Amino acid sequence: MSGKRQTAITVNGVTENHAVEPRMHLIDYLREECGLTGAHAGCEHGVCGACTVRVDGEIVRGCLTLAVATDGRRVDTIEGLSDTGEIADLQKAFHEHNALQCGFCTPGMLMAAQDLVREMPNAGRDEIREYISGNYCRCTGYQAIVDAIETVLKARKEKSGASPALKVVK
Amino acid sequence: MKAPAFDYARPASLAEVFDLLDRHGDEAKLLAGGQTLMATLNMRLSQPGILIDITTLNEPALTGIRSDGATLSIGALVKHREIERSAPVAEQVPLLAQAVPHVAHIAIRNAGTFGGSVAFADPAAEYPACLVALDATIVLVSRAGERKVPARDFFKALYETDLQPGELVARGEFVAQKPGYRSVFMELARRHGDYAIVGVAANGKVAGGVLSDISLAYLGVGGIPVLARQAMAVLEGQAYSTELVGAAQRALANDLDPAADLYSSGATKMHLARVLTGRALAALAEGA
Amino acid sequence: MNARAELPVSAPGTKADTGYIGKSIPRANAKRLLQGRGAYTDDLRFPRLAHVVFFRSPHAHARIVSLDLSKARQSPGVIATFDGHAIAEYCTPWVAVLSHLKGLKSPAQYAVAIERACWQGEAVAAIIAETRAQAEDALQLIEVEWEELPVLTDMELALDPATPVIHPDLGDNLCFHRDFTTEGVDDAFARADLVVEDTFHFGRHTGVTLEGRTIVADYNPAQHSLTVYQGTQAPHMMQDIMSRHLNIPEANVRVVTKDVGGSFGIKVHVYPDEMATAAISVMLRRPVKFIADRLESFLTDIHAREHRVRTRLAATKEGKILAFEIDDLTGIGPYSVYPRTSGIEGNQVVNLTGGPYAHKEYRARLDVVFTNKNVTCQYRGVGHPIAVAVTEGIVDLAAQKLGMDPAEFRRINLIPDDAYPYTFPSGLKFELLSHHQCLDKLLALMDYTALRAEQTRLRGKGIYRGIGLAAMIEVTNPSPAFYGVGGARISAQDGATIRLEPSGMVTVLVSVTEQGQGNDAVFAQIAATVLGITMEKVKVVTGDTEVTPYGGGTWASRGAGIGGEAVLQSAKALKSNILDIAAAILNVDKGTLDITGNEVYDKLTGATKMPLSEVGRVGYFRPDTLPMDFQSELTVTRHYTPRGYGFTFTNGIQASLVEVDPDTGFVKLLKHWVVEDCGTILNPMLVDEQMRGGIVQGIGGALFEECLYSADGQMLNGSMADYLVPMAGEMPDMVIAHVESPTKTSELGAKGAGEAGTAGAPAAVMNAINDALLPLNARVSSQPFTPEKILRALGKV
Repeated sequence: MSGKRQTAITVNGVTENHAVEPRMHLIDYLREECGLTGAHAGCEHGVCGACTVRVDGEIVRGCLTLAVATDGRRVDTIEGLSDTGEIADLQKAFHEHNALQCGFCTPGMLMAAQDLVREMPNAGRDEIREYISGNYCRCTGYQAIVDAIETVLKARKEKSGASPALKVVK
Repeated sequence: MKAPAFDYARPASLAEVFDLLDRHGDEAKLLAGGQTLMATLNMRLSQPGILIDITTLNEPALTGIRSDGATLSIGALVKHREIERSAPVAEQVPLLAQAVPHVAHIAIRNAGTFGGSVAFADPAAEYPACLVALDATIVLVSRAGERKVPARDFFKALYETDLQPGELVARGEFVAQKPGYRSVFMELARRHGDYAIVGVAANGKVAGGVLSDISLAYLGVGGIPVLARQAMAVLEGQAYSTELVGAAQRALANDLDPAADLYSSGATKMHLARVLTGRALAALAEGA
Repeated sequence: MNARAELPVSAPGTKADTGYIGKSIPRANAKRLLQGRGAYTDDLRFPRLAHVVFFRSPHAHARIVSLDLSKARQSPGVIATFDGHAIAEYCTPWVAVLSHLKGLKSPAQYAVAIERACWQGEAVAAIIAETRAQAEDALQLIEVEWEELPVLTDMELALDPATPVIHPDLGDNLCFHRDFTTEGVDDAFARADLVVEDTFHFGRHTGVTLEGRTIVADYNPAQHSLTVYQGTQAPHMMQDIMSRHLNIPEANVRVVTKDVGGSFGIKVHVYPDEMATAAISVMLRRPVKFIADRLESFLTDIHAREHRVRTRLAATKEGKILAFEIDDLTGIGPYSVYPRTSGIEGNQVVNLTGGPYAHKEYRARLDVVFTNKNVTCQYRGVGHPIAVAVTEGIVDLAAQKLGMDPAEFRRINLIPDDAYPYTFPSGLKFELLSHHQCLDKLLALMDYTALRAEQTRLRGKGIYRGIGLAAMIEVTNPSPAFYGVGGARISAQDGATIRLEPSGMVTVLVSVTEQGQGNDAVFAQIAATVLGITMEKVKVVTGDTEVTPYGGGTWASRGAGIGGEAVLQSAKALKSNILDIAAAILNVDKGTLDITGNEVYDKLTGATKMPLSEVGRVGYFRPDTLPMDFQSELTVTRHYTPRGYGFTFTNGIQASLVEVDPDTGFVKLLKHWVVEDCGTILNPMLVDEQMRGGIVQGIGGALFEECLYSADGQMLNGSMADYLVPMAGEMPDMVIAHVESPTKTSELGAKGAGEAGTAGAPAAVMNAINDALLPLNARVSSQPFTPEKILRALGKV
């Protein structure tokens, strides 16, 4: 009864068809079935945030999500967001601020950061810290991450608030 | 840390859920967001034969936030994040609106559900204390139909509720905040989003500095959320003052008997519950 | 031509072009990590990969009466099951001692326990299956009969004659003991106007690297060769150990370290389960993977700290420190950890306590004892967080008793900046430190006077803020005196090979590894600067014993200082060789030529002579056009060993500003400042990030982190829900500044920077909390400073 089940999940815009055991969580599915190793299993009990991915547009813990439960749904990972350019500005800011060291938390951190930038365009430093407080980073001490996100928030606001005339200049 | 093998079903209707529950009995567990269940499965602390995934059920009895002005109901399958974003909840059940941001982190609140949290009945969780403070009603559903249980009777013991075999949480019903009433939710957690050492859900009427119909429910102090009836009695009909607060704090000795957790002794929890009580009452009185 | 200096590396007193050195250049290798396209060990794919999991003792101390693996062997997907005896036929046990830690003793340790388990989590059997989940399924079918043995968890009881001895063959529970004393210490305490004392407690920590320990071992029976893919800080050390304990010739063992998801000292040790994984690959003749999952990590990744230090300080009434005295007790679990031993942390506490100050007298006693908890060993900071907290805690207490401002008290006692080279009472030699410059800079940076005024004003309103200072020294760039002299086969030297490619690009192969701290980036900066080429022309390769020169790896804040110097010397040699070829091609004197912007130019006219691609083309493809007796050498290797000093010490000072809520015992971190002197700064952004990350790791220990054990040796908080690591919400912003006193032991002048943050932050936070509590007559000295401990100190519970 606990045999494999056929699933069709749209991962980064591509429909992936795999038969998986019901017990497989979404991160093992992405890594082992799809070969997408960007999302990481850091704790597998929902605390560290390294496995943060998007399901139907909302960030979730991949390790607390069953692959079979996402059958028929849309999953987006760091690889997808990188290829579409959706988070290019966040990635650039993280790079320039050195908001990553070992990089293991980074895919999850960027998923949370992009969610923050979309949800709270006016967030201040304390709100940024609170928003990413479910994503563990042992390396940076968080400040560079906060700096990078703050930079992007400002830039996106300026971009969205800029007049058409100004946009033409560049 | 891989979950043990189990079967999985995603029923399309409540009737199918009841069939599955009948068929599998104790072997079945409901997956209603899974933000606690999945962690316990990965740790092999739980080995169900089958998970019944109800998160995509499209049953009106279990979904949506609805209000008729007097009563607001929250479906079991409503996600924490929806409650957080709900204008009617903010307006009519402000206590709950204050509590939601303390529930773990956003990625968890995007998946975890109201009903899952209520049914799991973690004594350190936010919703159960709010439900008890607000004297909310929990609506349960089984093949036999719906059954309403006051939240104050629903939580029985540690992780034990009034839920019977074949029954699931359908929704919670809250009386919309009445004029003159205020709510305050406070908790002390060492890190944002952690289970609190202790927390208080407070609600009541404040008119001309006089407190009435105050309810105080505590989380993290025992096996279930605890309603502080003695402290509440002390406050009833009295004008807010530091002396009154002191009397209520002293009365908590008769209401709470907290057990130690990993980092805090019962005495520390008692002390912190008193501190929070003082702060919550001040906030109620000052309308903060 | 001033802009085109011959050797564009900073020299004291000159304004030479420093090229990329000292510039905040983002790390090139971070880009793949930002796209989720790194290559951590678990990202690699292998045909016929098997997965191993370990059955771990549920008891802290128990004899294996019987172990039945037969049912597990029949479980679906299971390939093999092994007990400790089976593994021991392929992997010999080890004993972790060092001869220069005299008397240090430890029993033989097996990859998988063969007779009894000595801590909860020790592996006693291995299950190998097609998938990890199947292997875990089979774990549940193992049947063991245990005979529980007496459990020792309280280190204070370890040496009590009534306490059972964990390893009867060793005679007692003492792993290592050290006494140190200067001659005049008793006299100093006798003539002191003030003697203060306190006892400091430090909880057990662990590293919680976000990537668990991961190893894939791939044995090739045809060649009798073993390739090990491992997230390790020391690939060559692991090569040596795998070779000796698995009896495979050294050259047949290759250790490959790709991206590593955090180390902090956790991944520089020999772990029994990883050794077993390698042995199992040999036994099964196929690749085998082991990942320590999060629950296993808490039980088996090395722990650290757990010290109790009784501390005394003697001073004159004028505020002159005369002497320090400490008595340090630390419990290390049932085994000294291989090959670095578990005596080092306590030894560091003895070496470093009192470090920044000019007192002459010192006495220390150290007892390192066995217990039935997980093993402890070197973890970021190694002894420094303890030595600094003990020193700075007692220094603050002395200042308080004398009614002196803590900053002023430090100014009186810090070793003068013109006193170097300086020999410290414990025997350490300091080349050049800058305590007073750092103190002055820190006080200005934080506006100390204004903060004190604000503190006083807020106290009137019932707001209790505290300011804590922590001066410190730090061991970096260790010489062979750290491990090699004690018999450990751990390289103190590192090497760099640099090759000019025909296209004019440069490949740099370095024995130091990258764990995210930015070693690869600074190596590229150094190579590009010395060679006069642009950064994008440089490719750095690390983490492969078959490819890079031999070296120690990444630990003890040595990567940039030692590896960087090897790169510098190697690049200088390559540059000379490039110019030899260019001079031969051009038929000019080599001394007239130099390189900048990827081109050879004439130093006299500034005229461009040829791009490096032309040097490469001729050197590789048309050497026939060069003189008959000329051989081009476009690959060079150089090594570097720090000599002259046992360690290249750094110094610095930190400050913490906190607010304590006296009703709840909660501490809010408001801000943190650091002034650090790590010599030549290669990349300010990366150095600052090392500081910040380190500070937060230190704060973790001060406020949150502790491995809690029950009396019967069960770890109580072995999950990320219960073991509290620092998260973004509670952490402060940190301001970092520097003083630069380059070491003269290398041409580069760089000292280490990786651990200073962790070393000093706990002391600064502790002193800040105690400063806040001072008007309430409360004091805490037991880390982590939980709300409950603070409330107890305040008499509220």
